[in-house]
Amino acid sequence: MEEVLYAVGDGIAVAKRNVIKIRRVPGILVSVLISPILMVLLFAYVFGSSIDIPGGTYREFLISGIFAMTVTFGATFTGAGLADDMQKGIIDRFRSLPMSRSAVVFGRTASDVVYNVASLAIMAATGLAVGWRIHDGIGPALAGFGLLLVFSYALSWVMAYVALLVPSVEVIGNVSFMVIFPLTFIANTFVPAANLPTPLRIFAEWNPVSAVTQAVRELFGNIPPGTPEPGVWPLQNAAIYTLAWAAIIIAVFAPLAVRRYTRVGVRK
Amino acid sequence: MTLTIEARGLTKRYGDVVALNGIDLAVEEGTVLGLLGPNGAGKTTVVSILTTLIEPDEGTATVAGVDVLTSPGDVRRRIGLSGQYAAVDEHLTGFENLDMIGRLYRMGRRRSRDRARDLLDRFSLADAADRPVRTYSGGMRRRLDLAGALVAEPQVLFLDEPTTGLDPRSRVGLWSAIEELVARGTTVLLTTQYMEEADHLADDIVVIDHGGQIARGTADDLKATVGGGRIEVTVPSEALAVDAARVLDTLSAGDVHIEGRSVTAPISGGADALGEALVALKEAEIDLQDVGFRRPTLDDVFLSLTGHTSDPTNDTTIEDRPARMVEGVR
Repeated sequence: MEEVLYAVGDGIAVAKRNVIKIRRVPGILVSVLISPILMVLLFAYVFGSSIDIPGGTYREFLISGIFAMTVTFGATFTGAGLADDMQKGIIDRFRSLPMSRSAVVFGRTASDVVYNVASLAIMAATGLAVGWRIHDGIGPALAGFGLLLVFSYALSWVMAYVALLVPSVEVIGNVSFMVIFPLTFIANTFVPAANLPTPLRIFAEWNPVSAVTQAVRELFGNIPPGTPEPGVWPLQNAAIYTLAWAAIIIAVFAPLAVRRYTRVGVRK
Repeated sequence: MTLTIEARGLTKRYGDVVALNGIDLAVEEGTVLGLLGPNGAGKTTVVSILTTLIEPDEGTATVAGVDVLTSPGDVRRRIGLSGQYAAVDEHLTGFENLDMIGRLYRMGRRRSRDRARDLLDRFSLADAADRPVRTYSGGMRRRLDLAGALVAEPQVLFLDEPTTGLDPRSRVGLWSAIEELVARGTTVLLTTQYMEEADHLADDIVVIDHGGQIARGTADDLKATVGGGRIEVTVPSEALAVDAARVLDTLSAGDVHIEGRSVTAPISGGADALGEALVALKEAEIDLQDVGFRRPTLDDVFLSLTGHTSDPTNDTTIEDRPARMVEGVR
């Protein structure tokens, strides 16, 4: 038990360092501040002006999709940050300290929750400015944000593992483009899944990104009235399906990442 | 005598490459061992094994009486490591770096802060304490890195090329900081490729090359193995250098080396021998542009042990010269 408390303390010390860096590194600050604003404005005005959804505004439909997409891409930040650390001398320091072996990865994924909270707050403010509204009260809305954070936290562990396998910021960038990009677009993020061609529709219906988007849309009260009930289980039980994915991802990738960290050799 | 660091038969392979080939080390409490060798000799691998960063393929080691293989966590509590690449975070301030390390040694908030301020004072970094490390000079970063290794007042300190890339002034500053630590009883294992550094700081020196030990002893022992002093002459042409080398070889106590227009010959017998050598060169009608006599340096030791100098950028060995010139000396 004492060891667990120490491990948590170590994780907090590492997370604190990462959070300080969010404020100090100009590139990170831009991506945490500017890119969420850009995302909301671009999608809201470019697509939001030209697509109509029966019974509601497309802009409201869209916001949850943008939130889901942005926090999914946020996992890239975990990978890039960890890959960067692994290439630098600081990792030798960490490895020579009597700290918990899991602290570097736990600290990293924890600090990225802070990063995602900041992104979401900025996106929500921008969303409110362009006409997005919460319709079912603050409680469900907070639950929606919580679900987005849990989902992105789980994905952070996947990217942490990738970064430990291939500690290269460039590779992380490529992986995120080739995997996360299709994952966030072949989904109900920007268009209702029902409208997609069959193979894509099936993928989209089972895609966890669709589930988190659907769940958040419901919690924000952004489902246009008259929208038909989704025809598949994952979208009918979107919150549960999302949490199940998050639990499985963490259960698989957290031990893998921690084990990988303890085994990875020092830079030559 | 207590051995604070003891290693036997350390061996490490990376695929077909043998990084370490059976290194033995013994460092007494409160002394400095200099691990000397060129780039790629295996110095960092030794430090990485002893600081529990990697495991050896064969061999055993204890640090402060604790086995590095079976109790790496206990070893980490007793050591400090300052690496070849300053292991500090650029975007954190000096204070934040040291405070974080203190927290990771589980010293608690209060003690970590006090210790950080204390060390920043001691390493003349107090004025820069609250600036991001990114704004520090190379010498300041190394001092901060060394301070980082000292946060938990370790019994044993590992310094992996602590002054590589530093300007001479910063180097001397870091040396005095290390000397102060040793005076307080810290045991130090220091790797370096600078002979001068090992000479200055180390009580005992182990010379390694290609993963194997090639010599060990005090700086004086090692110098004694290569003879008393060195006479160095510079002549007007490379052809004359060969002639001068031939003359000096008859008087020399060891191998004569030619480098461009300079010839270095180990001689025993001090100033008398120097006089003899000068007379002999004059009789051979060889003009001298410059003459010098010096005590042997560890560079000479390295050259005589390995056939190349320790400085990789200046790796002109007698083997690299045209065979004719080497023959000419014999």
